[in-house]
Amino acid sequence: MIASQNRLTRRTLLGAALAAGVGSAAVGCARAGTTSSSDSDGGRTKITMWTHSAGNEGELAVYKQLIADFNASQEQYEVVQESFPQESYNDAITAAATAGDLPVLLDMDGPVMPNWAWAGYIQPLGLDAKITDSLLTTAVGTWKDEIYSAGYWDAALAIFARRSVLEKNGIRIPTLDEPWPIDEFTSALETLKGAGYDTPLDIGAEDTGEWWPYAYSPMLQSAGGDLLDRDTLLSADGLLNGPEAVTFFTWFQEAFAKGYCSNSGTIGNQEFADDKAALAYTGSWNAKAALDTVGEDLLILPPPDFGTGAKIGGGSWQWGISSAATGAQLEGARAYLEFSFQDKYLVAFSDSQIVIPATDSARQASTYFGADGALVPFAELSASAAVLRPATPAYATISTTFETAAKDIMSGADIQSTLDTAVADIDANISSNDGYGASS
Amino acid sequence: MSHTLTRPAVAEAPARPRRSRATRRERGVGLSMVAPAVILLLLFLVVPALLGLGLSFTNARLISPEAPRFVGLDNFVRAFTSDPTFVASVRNTVVFALFIVPFQAGLGLVLAILVNQKIRGATAFRVIFFAPVVTSIVVVSVLWKFLYQKEGLVNAAIDWVTFGAWSGADWLNNPSTALGAIIVLSIWQAVGFHMLIWLSGLQTISEELYEAARMDGAGLWRQFTAVTWPGLRSTRVFVLIQITIAALSLFVQVDVMTQGGPMNSTTTLVYHAVRQGFRNQETGYGSALSLIFFAAVILVTLLQAYLTRNKESER
Repeated sequence: MIASQNRLTRRTLLGAALAAGVGSAAVGCARAGTTSSSDSDGGRTKITMWTHSAGNEGELAVYKQLIADFNASQEQYEVVQESFPQESYNDAITAAATAGDLPVLLDMDGPVMPNWAWAGYIQPLGLDAKITDSLLTTAVGTWKDEIYSAGYWDAALAIFARRSVLEKNGIRIPTLDEPWPIDEFTSALETLKGAGYDTPLDIGAEDTGEWWPYAYSPMLQSAGGDLLDRDTLLSADGLLNGPEAVTFFTWFQEAFAKGYCSNSGTIGNQEFADDKAALAYTGSWNAKAALDTVGEDLLILPPPDFGTGAKIGGGSWQWGISSAATGAQLEGARAYLEFSFQDKYLVAFSDSQIVIPATDSARQASTYFGADGALVPFAELSASAAVLRPATPAYATISTTFETAAKDIMSGADIQSTLDTAVADIDANISSNDGYGASS
Repeated sequence: MSHTLTRPAVAEAPARPRRSRATRRERGVGLSMVAPAVILLLLFLVVPALLGLGLSFTNARLISPEAPRFVGLDNFVRAFTSDPTFVASVRNTVVFALFIVPFQAGLGLVLAILVNQKIRGATAFRVIFFAPVVTSIVVVSVLWKFLYQKEGLVNAAIDWVTFGAWSGADWLNNPSTALGAIIVLSIWQAVGFHMLIWLSGLQTISEELYEAARMDGAGLWRQFTAVTWPGLRSTRVFVLIQITIAALSLFVQVDVMTQGGPMNSTTTLVYHAVRQGFRNQETGYGSALSLIFFAAVILVTLLQAYLTRNKESER
């Protein structure tokens, strides 16, 4: 009796263990966005709109104002907004597209756009050319010679420094025309390390995800390499693993090995604010906080020049119209977008988010980027040094592959073979998707 | 596949000559009670698993204008022949399980025996040991990520204990220490749960057996080997299988702390499958990796079940 009892409990336990284990092992992830049906309602056509701005009060407030103004300005359309947290936004769009449930208007991160255009999520914008021509080139998303997205702003990266620290250590203050050549930059880091800064440069390596290609692939381009052959969009061979790329990554690896930068610390700009890092490579979104702590002493400098001029990343969040939109909805979506590109809204976004307005006139009118604004260097950098990430549906893979390779190199992996593997991965992905229609 | 294992054990009622109507009604009630769970399991576990099985043999993408094509065993061939990250994932997963299973089970048992003493404050210790279990593993991982930093608490402690003779490593950024760091944190996080299961097993052992053993002059060690250990048989099977499956499905710690790096030293099967399936949008390949993982878990579990079978009852 005891034995059989024992066997029973054993079997039950085994079953329970299996069920629990398999249950936890099943990787499931389903997220569906629900949109109210966008039929005419009270004579108005409903225009559904999704943003990634949930939790970002400043940005949402501007959108609320903009939507209210547009809805009050005419009788035909009514824009209805839903916000998602940025982390799950792309998943929500993918799920909605799979379920045939896309909103009419949606925003997207610049480099994601070609993937969605290729997948048929979005259609060409069809806005008045006067509007798109007036925008920063990095605020307009083009794929296969068609404009699919346009945004109200761009962000920019720069090196933050304290004037007093550079002067005290006899380091030349670079300009946009004469940035630090990489050798000068390296010896400046050496000097600063000698001056007592444990990690003189906060390069942001503790962050993960899209930050890596956004922040470090412009340095690769500055050295003469790239993420992909931009003419054919079919291969990264010779660009991501060529001698120029090796030059940049060698510097990158040594910067960590010699302790000029590290990947510990906090995401954001705290190390610079506390004067633990003399230099910080970070974005305009951290500039206002830096101004508040450092004040007049703050310098916003171009990143170092690896050989072909200083470069920074370009392309931020932009708006597109989903392929689900037809007829009155499509016209309404275009009417709304054309309405939204008024300078007052671009200025409002810029002032609340510390991002660079996409038109000249809005830049002049903005608090930080106008003629005597404190953050003008960002606008200058963005206008002259910004490089877009390659416009290809393969970008999702390129992004994660680049991140992995760069992190491995940071940890001391062999540079050439790591880059060769990365190129093989990217090329395999492109060819297994039949070139993403690049050749057709 | 595993229906023989998961068949619920029915309490053996004394055999009756005929099924009465009451019993039939009881069965109906039983079925209606189990229905919600069965329907949910079918919907969210069995159906997705079958879909995943089907997707493994296609080149399905997360996002693509083209319909998926049947590609036969291509995905599996790719995993075993041209995907070094997969090989590294298998290696790391096995290493992780080999360390976690004995250490976590053993430590859990030791803690359980300690907190099973009738001393003041035993309950407080139980609570302390169990606290990490109820904390979200994501939160725990973020915390330990800070602890493991070069200037973090772990290194400060090592520095203090060894009077500066050894100042520790940059744990998570060094390919030779990263997996070890994750193993330590994982043991710390989950050991409380297994302690609790061991504890429930210990409390089912009748005190009379210990008394009898003491009468026969058994010391503490002899009591453990002759009474405690045999009495924990079924608990042991549960704990081992539970830990093994949990160890094989390591994901969150890697995702939060190292993203598989440095140099693939911490990538695991589940992490690699999620990465390929979602982040690289290769749904078909990700499904194939999940299927390989599923098969591996079933195999290991069956093997364990076989090795720990009750040899007494099979005579």
